[in-house]
Amino acid sequence: MSTFLPPSERNWWSTPVGRQEVVWIGIALVWCLIMFVMMPYWHIYGKQNLSNEAYQTTPAHYQAKVDQMVAKYKIGEESGVPIVKPPAGSDVYMLGRLWQWYPILELEKNQSYRLHLSSMDWNHGFSLQPVNINLQIVPGYEMVLTVTPDTSGEFTVVCNEFCGIGHHLMLGKIYVKEN
Amino acid sequence: MAQFRVCPDSGFFFDKSAESLMKANAVAGAVSLLIAGILALGVILTRWQEVHLLPADLFYQVLTAHGINALIFWIIFFEIAVLYFASSTLLRTRLAAPRWAWAGFALMIVGMVMNNIAVWQGNSSVMMTSYAPMQAAPHFYLGLILFAVGALIGCFVFLGTLVIARDDRTYEGSIPLVTFGALTACIIAIFTIASGAIILVPTFLWSIGYIGHIDAAMYRVIWWAMGHSSQQINVAAHVSIWYLIVGVLFNARPMSEKVSRSAFLLYILFLQLASAHHILVDPGISSEWKVFNTSYAMYLAVLASMIHGLTVPGSMEVAQRAKGYTKGMFEWLRKAPWGNPVFSGFFLSLIIFGFIGGITGVVMGTEQINIIIHNTIYVPAHFHATVAVGTTLTFMALTYLLIPVLFRRALFLPWMARWQPYVFSAGMTLMILFMLGAGTLGVSRRHWDMDFTGAMLSFEYPGTAYTMMAVAGIGGVLGVLGGAMYLIVTVGSLLFGKKLDESAGLFQGFGVPLAASSYNIIQPERLPMAPKLAVEEHGSAGFEAPGTFALAMALLLCFVVYYFINWDYLSSVWPLS
Repeated sequence: MSTFLPPSERNWWSTPVGRQEVVWIGIALVWCLIMFVMMPYWHIYGKQNLSNEAYQTTPAHYQAKVDQMVAKYKIGEESGVPIVKPPAGSDVYMLGRLWQWYPILELEKNQSYRLHLSSMDWNHGFSLQPVNINLQIVPGYEMVLTVTPDTSGEFTVVCNEFCGIGHHLMLGKIYVKEN
Repeated sequence: MAQFRVCPDSGFFFDKSAESLMKANAVAGAVSLLIAGILALGVILTRWQEVHLLPADLFYQVLTAHGINALIFWIIFFEIAVLYFASSTLLRTRLAAPRWAWAGFALMIVGMVMNNIAVWQGNSSVMMTSYAPMQAAPHFYLGLILFAVGALIGCFVFLGTLVIARDDRTYEGSIPLVTFGALTACIIAIFTIASGAIILVPTFLWSIGYIGHIDAAMYRVIWWAMGHSSQQINVAAHVSIWYLIVGVLFNARPMSEKVSRSAFLLYILFLQLASAHHILVDPGISSEWKVFNTSYAMYLAVLASMIHGLTVPGSMEVAQRAKGYTKGMFEWLRKAPWGNPVFSGFFLSLIIFGFIGGITGVVMGTEQINIIIHNTIYVPAHFHATVAVGTTLTFMALTYLLIPVLFRRALFLPWMARWQPYVFSAGMTLMILFMLGAGTLGVSRRHWDMDFTGAMLSFEYPGTAYTMMAVAGIGGVLGVLGGAMYLIVTVGSLLFGKKLDESAGLFQGFGVPLAASSYNIIQPERLPMAPKLAVEEHGSAGFEAPGTFALAMALLLCFVVYYFINWDYLSSVWPLS
C-alpha cells in the first residue's frame, strides 16, 4: 500500500535496510564491477578490439586513395568490380557507396592489414559474414583498424545500416587465400 | 475551483481536469499503438522470408512508421497520462495549469499527425533514427519537434502539480514511491527532450536549407542522447507502475524506501550515458569514452535495475507471506492472481524484461562484444524485450486497472483480457528469442531481403537463419494478435463495457465533465502516511523474501553464463586491433 502512500516513517532514510537487500546489492555490485573490468581487460589481453584511429576525410579525398590502390594492385574483376591484392602488411582501402562495397579485396591468411573504411554518401554498415564482424561506416570519417584474417575462404560484406531503397543490393567481397 | 470525484472501488481521487487529460492521452496512445500494431504485421511478414509480403519501398516506409508510432507516440502519450496520475491522483491535488496541459496535448497530436503524414507521403522513409545525411521532408522533423514540445509541457505540468501538492500540504511526509519514480521519469524526459532539441532543430533547419551540413558522427552521438534516454524514461515509468501494481493488488509496501529511491536516483545520475551503446563500433570515438559511457560509469544504472528486480517482487512476496502464503519458496507466487491481467501482465513483463531484455542489453552494450552484434537483428530483438514487452505490457496491465478506476467501465470480454498478457508475451518471446538467434548468425536489421535478389554479387545466409526468421515471424504474428486483443478489450470496454457508478462515456471524457453529480468541490482529505508496521521477519535466516532471492540468483546465473558465452564467441572472430 505504501508504494503509493507517503512512507510510513517521516525519516525513512534512517530506517535500516534488510539483510537480504544488502546481500543482493553487494552481489550485484561485484558483478557490475567484474563486467566493467572485463572491457579494459580485453583491451590488454583480448584479440578483438577496435583501434581508436580515425580521420576526418572527404569523399573525394578518400576515393582518390582507393583508386590509387586499385590501380596499383588490381589482379582481376568480378561482376565489374575490381579485385585487388595488396601486399601483406599494407594499407588496404574499402569504400561504401550506394549500393556497393568497392573494391573486392584478396588477402592472405594470418597476415595483418591496415584496413581503411569510409562512406561516400550516407551511413553504411560493414557486416562481414559469416565471421560476423560489424562496423558503422560514417561519411566524412575514415576508420582504420588492423585486421588479421585467421580463416580462409570467401567472405561477404553485407550492408547492415539502412541506406535507401537499394540497401539489399549492397554486397562486397573479401577473399582470404592460404599462402 | 477544482472539482474532485472519488473512485468508489479504489478510493483514488480524480481532479476533473486531470482525469480528462489522462483519458485523452491514454486514448491517443492506444490509437498510436493500433497504427504501430498494424504496421508491425507488415514488418514481420516481410522479414519472414517465405512470406516476404511488402515491396522494398513500402517495407521501409512501414518500418519507419512502425518504429515512430510504437516507440515514440504510443509510449509518450501513455507516459503523460501516467505523470498526471502519479501527481494529481496519487497526491490528491488539482492539476497545475490544465489549459497548458491541453495545449501540450494538442501540440503532441499535431506533431504526431504531421510526422505520420510525412512518412505516408513516401519521401521520409529514413527509419526512426533518421541518420543524417539521409534527409527526410522538413515536416518529418517538425512533427517530432512539436510532439516533443508538447511532451515537455506535460513534464512541467507534472512538476507544477508536485509543487501545488506540497504548498497545499495535501500529503504528510514525503511523496509516495510511485510518484518519486514518476519524478525520475520526468527528469530523464526533460534531459531527453533537451538533447532532442539540440539535434532535431538544426536537422530541421538543414532540411529546409538554412544549414548546409550536419556532421554524420555528431548526429549519431547527440541523436542517441535523446534516443536512448527516451528508453530510460520508459524504464523509470514502468518500474514505477510495477510498484503501483504490487501496492494496489497486494497491499505491498516497499521492502525499503531508501533502497528503492536510491535505485531511482542512480537512474537519474547514470542512465543518460547510454547514448554510447549505439556508437560502440563508430569511427572517431575513443575506447575510454566508450567504456565509461557504455557501462553507465561502472554499470551503476544496471545495478539500479537489479535492485528493482529484487525489491519489486520482493515487496509482493513479503505482502503475500504476511497473508499466510508461506509454504515453501514459491507459494506466494503460485497463489498469485494469475487470472487477473493486471497481475499477469505486470509479472510477465517483469520476468521478460529482466531475463531477456536486461541481459541482452548489457551483453550487447559491452564495448567489444558489440562488434558481433551491432546492427544485426539481435538489436531489435533486445529492444522488443525491453520496450514491447517490458514497457508496453506494463502499460497494458495498468490499462486493465484504469478502465474501471479512471473510465468507470467494466471490462469488455473479460475472458479475452485474461488471456491477453499470455498470448502477447508468448508471441513476443518467441519472436525475440529467434531474432536473437538469427542476429547471432549475422542477419541484419532494417533489411528488406535476406536473399539479396538482384545484387551483382551474391551471398546466402545459412538455412538455420531462414528457419529462425520464420519462427520469429510466427511469434510476431501471435504478438500482434495479443496486441489486437488488448485493443479489442480496451476500446470495447470504453464503448460497450457496463457503466459503473458515477460514470460517463468515453467521449465525454475529453474535457467535458462526467455526470455533474460525480464531482464536488470539497478538497479531498490529506493523504496520510502509510500505516506503520511492527518489524516482522518472514522466511528464513532473516531473508524476508527467499523466493524472490532465489529468482534473483537464477537471473544472475543466466546473466553470468550468457555474458561469458558471448565473450567466447567474440574470441573466435578475426583478430582486430
